[in-house]
Amino acid sequence: MSRFPDVLKALAAATLIAPAAFAQDAAEAPEGGFGLGREATTEEVAMWDIDIRPDGKGLPVGSGSVELGEEIWSYNCAHCHGDFAEGIDRWPVLAGGEGTLSDDRPVKTIGSYWPYLSTVYDYVYRAMPFGYSQSLSPDDVYAITAYLLYSNYIVEDDFVLSNENFSEIAMPNEENFFMDDRAETELPQFTAEPCMTDCKEQVEITAHATVLDVTPEDGGEGGGGGID
Amino acid sequence: MNDIFKGMKPTRRSFLRGAAAASVGAAAGGAARASSDPAFAEIQPWMQELGDPVDAAPYGMPSEFEAHVQRKTVYWLTADPISSINFTPLHELDGIITPNGLCFERHHSGAAHVDPALHRLMINGLVDRELVFTMEDLMRFPRENHVYFLECAANSGMEWRGSQLNGCQFTHGMIHNVMYTGIPLRLLLAEAGIQTAGKWLLAEGADAAGMTRSIPMEKALDDCLVAFKMNGEALRVEQGYPLRLVVPGWEGNMWVKWLRRLEVGDEPWHHREETSKYTDLLADGKARRFTWEMDAKSVITNPSPQAPLTHGAGPTVLSGLAWSGRGTIPRVDVTLDGGKNWHQARMSGPSLSKSMHRFYFEFDWNGQPLLLQSRAHDSTGYVQPTKNALRELRGTNSIYHNNGIQTWHVKKTGEAENVEVS
Repeated sequence: MSRFPDVLKALAAATLIAPAAFAQDAAEAPEGGFGLGREATTEEVAMWDIDIRPDGKGLPVGSGSVELGEEIWSYNCAHCHGDFAEGIDRWPVLAGGEGTLSDDRPVKTIGSYWPYLSTVYDYVYRAMPFGYSQSLSPDDVYAITAYLLYSNYIVEDDFVLSNENFSEIAMPNEENFFMDDRAETELPQFTAEPCMTDCKEQVEITAHATVLDVTPEDGGEGGGGGID
Repeated sequence: MNDIFKGMKPTRRSFLRGAAAASVGAAAGGAARASSDPAFAEIQPWMQELGDPVDAAPYGMPSEFEAHVQRKTVYWLTADPISSINFTPLHELDGIITPNGLCFERHHSGAAHVDPALHRLMINGLVDRELVFTMEDLMRFPRENHVYFLECAANSGMEWRGSQLNGCQFTHGMIHNVMYTGIPLRLLLAEAGIQTAGKWLLAEGADAAGMTRSIPMEKALDDCLVAFKMNGEALRVEQGYPLRLVVPGWEGNMWVKWLRRLEVGDEPWHHREETSKYTDLLADGKARRFTWEMDAKSVITNPSPQAPLTHGAGPTVLSGLAWSGRGTIPRVDVTLDGGKNWHQARMSGPSLSKSMHRFYFEFDWNGQPLLLQSRAHDSTGYVQPTKNALRELRGTNSIYHNNGIQTWHVKKTGEAENVEVS
């Protein structure tokens, strides 16, 4: 005679049929919220909210010339990015590369690839120089941005960039970006029931990793394509 | 604890140790041990002597025999080790959960050591109330637990032009899968009150890179979490301690670490990580932006180049991982002959949406060369494509979102190599 009542047996059977039991009751908030946290002061928001958008939203008042930018650049940026933003070692190349995007080895720079100038200002202001973030003044960043435009032949050497004329600068590659379209262009093609038996007559090896031999343990010198 | 006993002679422990040493001699002098198996040749020290006290490692580490199980970098990928990446040793792991210390790292200005007492989360922008939360405030919100994979969009990005790296750690190791404990993002946003024009969210990190990404509000209100625990313990420093964003199924770069600010806006910000990086350059020179979802993908973790077959012909366990940013993985197919014939693998363990899944295929190896591949099917009906099918659509300059089928060539010796096949 079993020591377990029938109801437990039935439960065990049901569990076998549907073994996945992952409780997912959604956490809810009361009407009107919890009242947690405190209001941010205007000053606190101003200190942290330094991001810039393509429409110029967020730009601080200020200006900087190509000439001043070149000087600031040589002290703060050239060490990694090179005197002419050509990039040193594997540090990002920021100038040149025009017309290479469909080449075998495209060179993606501010001039050849980046769709918006605001991205340059936003990033330099918050995250550069590497290892000394947020040490540059708004005017410094206008100047560096102006110098990068000059390095990419987008402005002349007497150009002065400011919050006033910032939005007038259009980047050459802006139109070549488009919204993710995999749902239309790829997913229908990749949802067919695949072949399971006798799918190919011959199988040949077409590429070997050992040809490049860049796996770290092997001490390879490497570099058949980076991650960014 | 040990300090308390210092100076007391003899301590109980040292007495027991001495007794154990004495009995080794006694045993060795006793019955002859007749076996050619070294495991039986003598009484092993761990069978006879006392082990570590309970507090030998207040925070436990794996066995010293597992010391080779480590994250590894590929030094030539990046300019320096600060703005760099390392890889999860997938071939050493089983099940679906990645141990916290083995989760791959990707930092843009190094791993920030943030003092939780000085960490704040700000919500600002198009909200009714701009708010600041301390960590203590956040601990008072309701929490949820979810297992999700985080895959870098550049995972397998080095393989677009052909087989390059020998090992699934390097070809597929920019991924981890852990259980997060966190606050549903929608609860935090509701606390601030999203204004009707608020369609986008900017998430920002507190590290020196000030990492930012734009996230559509629909996703933010769906399944995103603001997480503070992974696999039950506090986030690791290198995973964003004390707070990170969890964006299930979407590319890892969006899971902002050291999360300090959420801004609500009416348009995306088009910042560096969503323009100059993490956009997919196609063969014609045009580029896809906002390719957030991770397509279904799988890889055989064993055997693989770092985990050769060492046992010769006979019963063999093939194992691997599969995942999809769009749901679960109900099925994985495996081939031993480079795609002539496929077999359904055996799924094992929890099948959770946007989580890794474990599969096995046990077979009797005849000792002849193998061309191993796995092919994931996700719950939307998507079937993992070949690398060449992806190349036909995208070219080879995309860097990101390479989810093509991986091939391992297992030779007669049991060694495996990363190859591609016709």
